[in-house]
Amino acid sequence: MEAYISLFVKAVFIENLALSFFLGMCTFIAVSKKISTAMGLGVAVMVVQTITVPANNIIYHTLLKEDALSWMGITGVDLSFLALLSCIGMIAALVQILEMILDKFFPALYHALGVFLPLITVNCAILGGSLFMIERDYNFGESVTYGVGSGLGWALAITVMAGVREKLKYSDIPAGLQGLGITFITAGLMSLGFMAFSGIQL
Amino acid sequence: MSEILTDETKKVLTAPLVNDNPITLQVLGICSALAVTSQMSTSLIMALALTLVTAFSSAAISSIRNHIPGSIRIIVQMTIIASLVIVVDQILKAFAYEISKQLSVFVGLIITNCIVMGRAEAYAMKNPPLESFMDGIGNGLGYSLILIIVAFFRETLGSGKLLGFEIFPLTKDGGWYDPNGLMLLPPSAFFIIGLIIWSVRQWKPNQVEKADFKILSISHGEGGHH
Repeated sequence: MEAYISLFVKAVFIENLALSFFLGMCTFIAVSKKISTAMGLGVAVMVVQTITVPANNIIYHTLLKEDALSWMGITGVDLSFLALLSCIGMIAALVQILEMILDKFFPALYHALGVFLPLITVNCAILGGSLFMIERDYNFGESVTYGVGSGLGWALAITVMAGVREKLKYSDIPAGLQGLGITFITAGLMSLGFMAFSGIQL
Repeated sequence: MSEILTDETKKVLTAPLVNDNPITLQVLGICSALAVTSQMSTSLIMALALTLVTAFSSAAISSIRNHIPGSIRIIVQMTIIASLVIVVDQILKAFAYEISKQLSVFVGLIITNCIVMGRAEAYAMKNPPLESFMDGIGNGLGYSLILIIVAFFRETLGSGKLLGFEIFPLTKDGGWYDPNGLMLLPPSAFFIIGLIIWSVRQWKPNQVEKADFKILSISHGEGGHH
């Protein structure tokens, strides 16, 4: 249990996907102008991340890994090079299914998240989470924890960023830094803040 | 050469370098631009990989653009891009294993790099293969340019080296340069890109974004006591 808590805290703060691995930066910069939209996107990323990382974990361990097909009586087959293709296919398919389910059964939630769901397929934080899971060889329990934690970390980062940017628009910024430039500097300062967590040992 | 370098190809090849740079203006593909730049060697490999993937995927998508049904075009594009990235990934693992270990997941993340998808959607779906190929190369070069600038500052200031060769002798080896550790950490990449954007926009003022709220200058007699 302790190992899972440690992994969770690590995924949320210390190895924050947005601020220390720069994943999902394009959407992070583009959609962080208002707190409400940023939060919507953050929740959507968290939901998708929580589903896709364990799902990819199952696929990888039962189909793609070296000798993973032995339960079918096939040995000596290593399909791990297909991981990239299967991960992105899985993510695209799951996002599509999630969109349909939400549309049918939870229309309120669908309207809140609707715009962001298609965007999420091409969000590198989602694919990155699955690829990190493969690279670090997490088991199923760890992959669930990592999925929830990394999604929450990303959501936290984009919400905080949107909060800063809402205040920032009233400040007097040099013309060339207006918009994108100052956003990068702000993200840098936030990343510096999150680095303070890296000293935490659990 | 003359029939290949028409005005259109020249334009798509050079415009993304400064005037329409994918990173500083179109805000595409920032993730990997920040993550791999703590060393020049990884940045060069990443830049090369991304340029090739963008060029070939644009060419491939553009050559079948009239046969792709609109509703499933994203998944078709994704499959083409993912297959190219797998090729790049396997080549790197075979011939440059050390570098591919350092790049870790970021080679795989070329799939979701918005430059590749963005160019496929915005250019390759509407233009013939050769121009799309050139457009891919051009945008790849614009991305490479920013990557190389960022990596140059991060590696020289952060470890006193460039491509592994010593530029500034470090104090711990008896030299004079005390390395700036911050340059090797994630925040420095944000700062350097921010500063690059600032300098590019000073140079090309038409790229400056408009402020949401203008600060009014106070006319004399109204501003109270100073």
